[in-house]
Amino acid sequence: MSAPIIWILTPFAVGFLTLFFLQKRFSPLIGGTVSTILALVALIFPIDTALLLGSTSIKISASVQFFGRSFSLNTADGPLIAIIYGLAALWFFGTEASGTANRFVALGLMIVALLTASIAVEPFLFAALLLDMAAMLVIPLLVPVYQKPGRGVIQFLIYQTLAMPFILFSGWMLAGVEASPGAIGATVQAGTILGLGFAFLIGVFPFYNWIPMLMEEASPYVTGFLLWALPTFTVIFALGFLDRYTWLRSSPQLSGAIQLAGVFMVASGGLFASQQKHVGRIMGYAAVTETGLLVLAMGLKSSEIVNTTFLLLIPRGLELAVWALALSIIKRRAYSLRFSEVQGLARSYPVAVAALILAHLSMTGFPLLAGFPARLALWQELARQSLAVSFWVFFGLLGLLIALGRTLAVFVMAEEKKAWELNESWVQIIMLGLGAIGLFILGMFPQILQPLIANLPALFEHLGQ
Amino acid sequence: MVIDIISWVSVGLMLATATAVLINRDWRLSLGALAVQYIAAFWLVTRHLPFVMGSAKLITGWMVIAALGMTRLAVPSAEDEESFLPRGLWFRVTLVFVMALVAAGATPRIESAIPGLGLPVITGSLLLIGAGVAHLGLTSDTLNVILGLLTMLTGFEILYAAIESSILVAGLLAVTNLGLGIAGSYLLIAGSTPIEMEEEE
Repeated sequence: MSAPIIWILTPFAVGFLTLFFLQKRFSPLIGGTVSTILALVALIFPIDTALLLGSTSIKISASVQFFGRSFSLNTADGPLIAIIYGLAALWFFGTEASGTANRFVALGLMIVALLTASIAVEPFLFAALLLDMAAMLVIPLLVPVYQKPGRGVIQFLIYQTLAMPFILFSGWMLAGVEASPGAIGATVQAGTILGLGFAFLIGVFPFYNWIPMLMEEASPYVTGFLLWALPTFTVIFALGFLDRYTWLRSSPQLSGAIQLAGVFMVASGGLFASQQKHVGRIMGYAAVTETGLLVLAMGLKSSEIVNTTFLLLIPRGLELAVWALALSIIKRRAYSLRFSEVQGLARSYPVAVAALILAHLSMTGFPLLAGFPARLALWQELARQSLAVSFWVFFGLLGLLIALGRTLAVFVMAEEKKAWELNESWVQIIMLGLGAIGLFILGMFPQILQPLIANLPALFEHLGQ
Repeated sequence: MVIDIISWVSVGLMLATATAVLINRDWRLSLGALAVQYIAAFWLVTRHLPFVMGSAKLITGWMVIAALGMTRLAVPSAEDEESFLPRGLWFRVTLVFVMALVAAGATPRIESAIPGLGLPVITGSLLLIGAGVAHLGLTSDTLNVILGLLTMLTGFEILYAAIESSILVAGLLAVTNLGLGIAGSYLLIAGSTPIEMEEEE
């Protein structure tokens, strides 16, 4: 058995079968269980290493050939796959509680499989095509068949499709630049095209307007999943570029451009979040801010790039899952998620509101919560390089804190005599409770992530060595 | 010589079809123009790729058009687009003219930077990329957005076929085109289905 068959073909096939043949009500259980098993297998069985179980020798081979190219997952990919499928399991188990359409699990599994293929394909440049295909699979999730597509989903489709040609072409140009590094003109052109491709893909300022639009017009749970999955794999893809091309790593102009993009995203995301009157849009801008932090981490001139980036990526999955689940539960009662509609809901949905506030606090970087250690590490590195950048990061996070204050005020603004009720189901309470506990555990004991992220720098030969 | 002439005729066809897609509002004409555009693109792609791989692109393109056409036929009525942008006929014709000028101006420079691609290949590719992007900038209608994306992708594929001949890439690009067609078809029918037929939440 080879690793790509286990972690790409199997989940894709399970997703396909679940979509067309299996009973819909079992899909969260099936998707969650399959993802958990895949995560555990990635943790327990090292890839490309023979294991002796009694008299039987088991070895998961690293690669498989497909149309003359290779899909390869190596030993170093194991922890990354475990993180990805572990977080995916969290999303799939939460589907039932969120009340999201059942095909979410089936298509979600297929999307995660395609995204995993994007880190396995060689040459890694072709990942752009797989990311684009995954983006197209998200479309049926974002637009239910009975709802007219909004502008957000159309813009999402446009930006994701535009990104692919830019990245593929820049990859070809980069190979030329590598052959003749003295050609300044070609270097600038390749860097610009590559930057534009990633700007479209990851939603760099000003190409992120689809995110708040989607949060308004689509299911918060599905959009949350999208905001977790696509940027995560895009960041890994971008790190691959930085690792592969020496001049990209050593170029001060590119590093400056990445930092500028990150600063714009963090500051504008925080500023816009503080001005919103829609709880969903606030989450969208918070995700933009978080992505900005990831971009800043990628622009660090330090050997801590990989560690800091993954330290940000793991809590992000949990924060977005808890936030999106809480919003989904609230949205079933207050359809539009505008402040006027959700006013006073803290007394009707106390657990969902508490979980939402905790996730928001964590994204703001509040101490004792999951987002704090990563932000502290990033801030420490940034402060060494530029105090101005550190200030703008503070500005963005302050914007998120203001948005949190406004959200909290609206949620608790109930009539004085209104009684406290518990309208969440037991499943919802358990899922939200587990998520909230997870946020505290990752915040108070960040060292539990150490075994997972310790070997991740090995994924990249040159970055962080 | 004959091959060169046919290549330049293909570029002319591309200009004509891209203009047709950009200017007219009848979706049947637009899809027909796109179908012809795929034939012209097929010819330019086969300048650098084997005939079979070029045919695969052509068939994929036609399948996408068939999917979009059948879906559009099934959708009861289309709403008019918002009209806050300058979308007049002459504006669009001027836009096509500007694009053609830009393509003509940029082609020799690209040819000198990447020798061996061939002038018709570069011109045709730039024309389609420009027309696709211009189309995306002018419309918010779902079908037109998909047509714009397909046009832009076709232009890119012509250029990319000259520098990358991998079967995997050709296959993935074909899947991307099909995916775009299916996603477009889905977006076209979304919202037109009666609420009683919605899936179980």
